[in-house]
Amino acid sequence: MNAMTSPDLSQATPHPAPFLRVEDLRVKFVSRDATVRAVNGISFNLERGKVLCVIGESGSGKSVMMRSLLRLHPKKRTVIEGTMMVGEHDIGAVSDRAMTQLRGSLISMVFQEPMTALDPLYTVGDQIAETVRRHEGLSKEAAWARALELLELVRVPSPERRLKAYPHELSGGLRQRAVIAMALSCRPSLLLADEPTTALDASVQIQILVLLRKIQQEMGMSMIFVTHDLGVAAQIADQVAVMYAGRIIEYGNARDVLLNPQHPYTKAMLAATAKDQDRNLPLEAIAGNPPDLRALPDGCSFAPRCKYAGPDCIVTMPPPVTDIRGHMARCFKVEAADGPLAFDERVAEPA
Amino acid sequence: MTDAVADSSLRPPASRPASAVRVRSYWGSVWHRLRYDYVTLFCLVLIIAIVLTAVFAPLISPMDPYKSSMAHRLRPIGYHNYLLGTDEQGRDILSRMLYGGRVSLTMGILPVALATIIGGLFGVVAGYFGGKVNMLIMRTMDVFFAFPSVLLAVAISGSLGGGITNQLLTLTVVLIPPLCRVAETATSQVRTMDFVDAARSTGASTLSILFTHVLINVMSPVLVYASTLVSVSIILASGLSFLGLGVSPPTADWGLMLSTLRQSIYVQPIVSAIPGVAILITSIAFNLLSDGLRQAMDVRA
Repeated sequence: MNAMTSPDLSQATPHPAPFLRVEDLRVKFVSRDATVRAVNGISFNLERGKVLCVIGESGSGKSVMMRSLLRLHPKKRTVIEGTMMVGEHDIGAVSDRAMTQLRGSLISMVFQEPMTALDPLYTVGDQIAETVRRHEGLSKEAAWARALELLELVRVPSPERRLKAYPHELSGGLRQRAVIAMALSCRPSLLLADEPTTALDASVQIQILVLLRKIQQEMGMSMIFVTHDLGVAAQIADQVAVMYAGRIIEYGNARDVLLNPQHPYTKAMLAATAKDQDRNLPLEAIAGNPPDLRALPDGCSFAPRCKYAGPDCIVTMPPPVTDIRGHMARCFKVEAADGPLAFDERVAEPA
Repeated sequence: MTDAVADSSLRPPASRPASAVRVRSYWGSVWHRLRYDYVTLFCLVLIIAIVLTAVFAPLISPMDPYKSSMAHRLRPIGYHNYLLGTDEQGRDILSRMLYGGRVSLTMGILPVALATIIGGLFGVVAGYFGGKVNMLIMRTMDVFFAFPSVLLAVAISGSLGGGITNQLLTLTVVLIPPLCRVAETATSQVRTMDFVDAARSTGASTLSILFTHVLINVMSPVLVYASTLVSVSIILASGLSFLGLGVSPPTADWGLMLSTLRQSIYVQPIVSAIPGVAILITSIAFNLLSDGLRQAMDVRA
């Protein structure tokens, strides 16, 4: 935890051991009537001080994956398989008591809705100070001083007064800053941001985004940032992962994925964003609906909506194809013969 | 976006009018909202007055509430020094009303307080832990819900017998299920709120979440509901006394007085109505007060 305050991060070795390693993560919610397979084998690495953006539509398993990293799911109904290593901690194996210790100090989370992420009956200062005291056992005064520092860190104007304000007395943007301050209060090494800008105004979104990026760089944190917004991803991501039906279907450097998308889903999603198309034409949309996670098809989950899908696409899930730059896509029609990934719709699927 | 733009957008504005957020303490803001709510203030004053007269009944009652006088039975209001007349045994109604208020208010407030603690506790446990625990507690409460509250009170009181302790017990048992249900609903709502997850994600234990976040958020709906139950409890207690299942006859109690004066309604209709009017006014005052307090105590409003 001292590492992020020390300046030697810039001289990191070219191939450091990944700080966060997720391998074949599977999350199922089991209930009497159905088993929902929300996450179906996710693997990725994230280096210290880097930002991974996870993109995907609602129900693609983004938030479930994030909550698994903090073990926030109800134990009884959730089955989590696979490996999650954060630093030297195996999140799947540590005891509940140790996990409580790790939450906040190693991994912390910023929630989507600043309205409900703060307890309406406590002042902002109370809530931040409570978190600080829980982990660092400071006196009440010291914790409040720390809370003040944190509000300054997240650039809240006139922080002394805001400390004594109740959440409902603050605007959405200020509230989200307070939530971020709370998440940062114990200097986490990994920050999980679950659509932190979705509930905010467009102008405030940018401010919060820039703030998160800046703090992340200053503190040298790793960050996983979940969003629907491709523009947001382009702004802050080092790596981008595109999720669909609980799998990562495309992964790579932000530039590779967003400028040179290979998977048909990513292509379609990028085609559906407003850029400088003819105003009089409707935006392109992806036909169909995401699959039912209670009964996933055997083949590629995107095949039913894919305009390039062939007969074999619905039989087996395509394996990941990775090129030398680390750009990965799961599609039968993508090849990495020599050099970058290339999509070719004429490629036949394996028989 | 370049960093220069980012910086300017992040710099706090140089000056801002100080009135943007007036910082008031919680109770300060409650009082501020109450100050202009004259109905609630009136009810508050009324209830304080009723409570004070009950507490100081021995000091202010003009006569002995138990001293009967065969010569002065069923006198009208204002007869000599009987300010509110006399009852069928010639006892002073005013004094009996003052003494009766002690029993009736106790029966209004004490069972509700006990039921709030017991029912609230069960409700929070059921709501927070869910599953089998919830099943066990809430289905047990449903058994009590199956009977109308008056019937249940009569049944329990009937089997336990009369007397003040048994009446207290009966009312508490009758009031537990509704309070438990309110607490359970509120808890299961709070439990799914993001701030509970946010507290967990910063390392709070189950116990500290229960105490710092769940309990205090559940408290306000439960207390508001409990305050409306005070009038219900007063009426139930009066009803039990009226049926002869509450306090026993010589004791002054509004319900009991209403029951005995009922037979004299053709002789002294106004005097006979006095205990009923007292019950009515007290319960309405409690209801209006709880309404007003709910509005004033809602921090989010």
